[in-house]
Amino acid sequence: MDETQNKEQATSTHKIGIYLWIWGLLFVLSFFSYMVDWYAFQGLLRWSLILTFMFLKAGLIMAFFMHLFWERYALVNVLLWPMTAIACFIVLMVAEAEYTVFTRALYFFVGG
Amino acid sequence: MSENTLNNLPGGFKGMSEDMGSDQTAFKGVQWGKVMMWIFLLSDTFVFSCFLISYMKGRASTVVDWPNTSQVFSLHVGDVPVPLLLIAIMTFVLITSSGTMALAVKYGYERNRKMCAWLILATAIGGLTFVGMQAFEWSKLIHEGVRPWENPFGAKQFGSFFFMITGFHGTHVSIGVIFLFIFARKTFRGDFDTGKRGFFTTMKSDYVAIEILGLYWHFVDLVWVFIFAFFYLW
Repeated sequence: MDETQNKEQATSTHKIGIYLWIWGLLFVLSFFSYMVDWYAFQGLLRWSLILTFMFLKAGLIMAFFMHLFWERYALVNVLLWPMTAIACFIVLMVAEAEYTVFTRALYFFVGG
Repeated sequence: MSENTLNNLPGGFKGMSEDMGSDQTAFKGVQWGKVMMWIFLLSDTFVFSCFLISYMKGRASTVVDWPNTSQVFSLHVGDVPVPLLLIAIMTFVLITSSGTMALAVKYGYERNRKMCAWLILATAIGGLTFVGMQAFEWSKLIHEGVRPWENPFGAKQFGSFFFMITGFHGTHVSIGVIFLFIFARKTFRGDFDTGKRGFFTTMKSDYVAIEILGLYWHFVDLVWVFIFAFFYLW
């Protein structure tokens, strides 16, 4: 029992305040992102607001609810660097989509 | 590894290189089950990314107008259509359950069995509410004629992406809810205090299991953040 007690100490808990703060912030940020739709912002403003609130929410959840903020860099880096592969994939598929829509427009409407 | 030993290790990138080259455990102070859950979540991230990227590609390459999600997912309150109302409620329900889960993990480590168990139960009920509302949303859209191959609102690809992405996420939530109920029962019974051995394993139960379950649950919430932004709001 003594040994388990020690193990518990190793993953010691944080003050409840931090969780409540993050919780509150997540609610506020969600409300903001809903307001983006409510006020029907369009174009670049809409997209940048959506992305900002999304990344803020995701960051807060990962850093504090999933405790990554308190983990050692060995784990944090193993988890975050693979995300660059996803970013590369997105860039590739944007290029691919542009090519596809170009050929579709060409053959459907212009007629080759 | 006790807190003291951990604190004596160098932090930051220097610590990372020493941890990785220590010829021992690479992830110091992290229980192996937690590492396994993180690796699983990393692979799951790639699965969801593939879905969302294929959705992006599909939506960007269609020459037909994409359905206006703000209208498609609106609910009528009285006679007034409120855009995305159900989705907004679902988002808030999921965030609420994520918060209760975070507190459950905290109380678990403080060995506050009752609080921990009630909070896990609250999380499970939140998840169940979410799945229920998703079922409602699906049946509403199916009644309106949305199919994976066609829909009355615009580009045909809309239905297949909608059912695939929200369906896969809903499956994750459902699996999470099942495990939350199981863990609520285990916690109420005191398995994590007595170190009772699990059903599928000979290893002793430990409150770290609740943090691992919490990681999964927060991940489900995390994925919803991205689905909400890209599928519903974009």
